[in-house]
Amino acid sequence: MDKEKSIIEIKGKIKELKDLNTGNTEVLDTEIVEYEKKLRDLMQSLYYNLSPWEIVKLSRHPQRPIMQDYLTMIFKNFIELHGDRYYGDDKALIGGFAEIGDYKIMLIGHNKGKNTDENLERNFGMVKPEGYRKALRLMKLAEKFNVPVITFIDTPGAFPGVEAEERGQAEAIAKNITEMISIEVPIISVVIGEGGSGGALGIGVGDRILMLSNSIYSVISPEGCASILWRDSKYAPNAAEALNLTADSLYKLNVIDEIIREPGEGAHAHYQLAANALKKSIIKNIRTLKQLTSEELIQSRFEKYSGIGKFSVTD
Amino acid sequence: MAWFRSSKSRNNTKKELWVKCKKCNSHVFVDEWNKNLKVCPKCNYHEKITACERIQQLFDRNTFKELFSNIVPVDSLNFQDIKGSYRDNIKATKEKTGISEAVVTGTGKLNNKQVVIAVMDFRFMGGSLGSATGERILKAANYAFENNLPYIIFSASGGARMQEGTLSLMQMAKTCAGISRLIKNNIPYISVLTDPTSGGVSASFAMMGDINISEPGALIAFAGRRVIEQTIREKLPDNFQTAEYLCDHGFIDSIVNRKDMKDYLSNVLSYYNQ
Ligand SMILES: [Zn+2]
Repeated sequence: MDKEKSIIEIKGKIKELKDLNTGNTEVLDTEIVEYEKKLRDLMQSLYYNLSPWEIVKLSRHPQRPIMQDYLTMIFKNFIELHGDRYYGDDKALIGGFAEIGDYKIMLIGHNKGKNTDENLERNFGMVKPEGYRKALRLMKLAEKFNVPVITFIDTPGAFPGVEAEERGQAEAIAKNITEMISIEVPIISVVIGEGGSGGALGIGVGDRILMLSNSIYSVISPEGCASILWRDSKYAPNAAEALNLTADSLYKLNVIDEIIREPGEGAHAHYQLAANALKKSIIKNIRTLKQLTSEELIQSRFEKYSGIGKFSVTD
Repeated sequence: MAWFRSSKSRNNTKKELWVKCKKCNSHVFVDEWNKNLKVCPKCNYHEKITACERIQQLFDRNTFKELFSNIVPVDSLNFQDIKGSYRDNIKATKEKTGISEAVVTGTGKLNNKQVVIAVMDFRFMGGSLGSATGERILKAANYAFENNLPYIIFSASGGARMQEGTLSLMQMAKTCAGISRLIKNNIPYISVLTDPTSGGVSASFAMMGDINISEPGALIAFAGRRVIEQTIREKLPDNFQTAEYLCDHGFIDSIVNRKDMKDYLSNVLSYYNQ
């Protein structure tokens, strides 16, 4: 009810300003733009107050922007680097040098597709050990070249298959997580869609964890959780609720550092606006983190991860 | 240490004379079974043991001191599934097992060598990795770091604890932060992957040992067998994801029989010169 009252108030303010603004002064223009943004946000929170399960569905929306979309909308001069130097080149995860604003960075991300052909080639963004090892190689390269690492997370999970087990999926993920704790350059991770468990965390340990507002980050898929704890995957909406996998829940639990609000009904309907918001946030965070020495970075990263979790201490 | 007593009293109430081996089905006298450290004398099947039993098998008499047992789980998400609340589940599991988390941490002497240890207990919610589990494992790693002592972890876990949502996933990073500091400071870390070690535990600290060892026949996996069978739609070989399979594929250093475990560990650590 309070929100509806504020909406009426803001609408009145905008009308008032527009009436005043006959001389087209810039000051009033920016004020109007600000009020219009406020209005959009409020409408959004009022009319798009989505359930966790609805957000799960949005995070997997077939039109939702993927890594490749942001790559072209946010970054310039991408120099893709292939292969893990041990086994092969995993198409489910891509990486290389790129520029964002005035910064040169190392970009690494899960590579989902938009149609069946793309998804088959990219294995639906489900990474195998060679993909995680490629990611680590590129992070070490970023360390050597002293450029920040940006990772984009969007995967249903690490690939569950015979060859992945054979080549050490567990070891590859464990190694990345452990090494990422002490990489000497800033690491910013953004969950842009599905943050699927260990497969996400394998490139997701960093100084700043950002989430788009309609993305999810979960220890298990709601369907998987429901089939274990509810004995039927049709209870996935209940599991989604219980798992606290939305950006808002995870921000409250101190798992993530920042939520990037998607405009209107979601990123799938506003590619450029979503990309702009994401770009702004990444640049802001690079600027902040660049001011820290590598010792400070590693120390604060260690403390950040040491502090995650809820438990109690008895006497 | 309450968990020592409660485990003993539980054993006394069991009056069965025979143990049936889960692998070869032979019947073995309880006394013989226990004297053989719960390993089948016929087929060498290694039965799961409790954290308390493990500690008794490993440490020199009266040298083990439990640490961080005051860190206990809470139902921070008010998690409720078809069987009830996580809160009630914690309470019932504590009563049933006599321990307050899926890991027991502490320090003691192993053939006169001081070490820090974390021993997981599969009875406590499948050895799942929750916030308090992660906190204990990290605290023990920090204790090893501060006192310059080798760290040994015995894993036994189905993976992350779903009832703590993404907080449990983050314990993978938290425990690895502790391990990362040991690596950077040249402090030895031995990981013993016991039956079973899978999911979020195998994909974090358990695979990061300077030396990774296991017991015969232990299940070690990232993804569950059923999930993989659904992905590839065919049956998997019998030895898939066993300790032997992982040793063949280069991920663990050695398979060590339970009766040799203590000597193996102290022997390896004798090569470390502070
Ligand atoms: Zn047997």
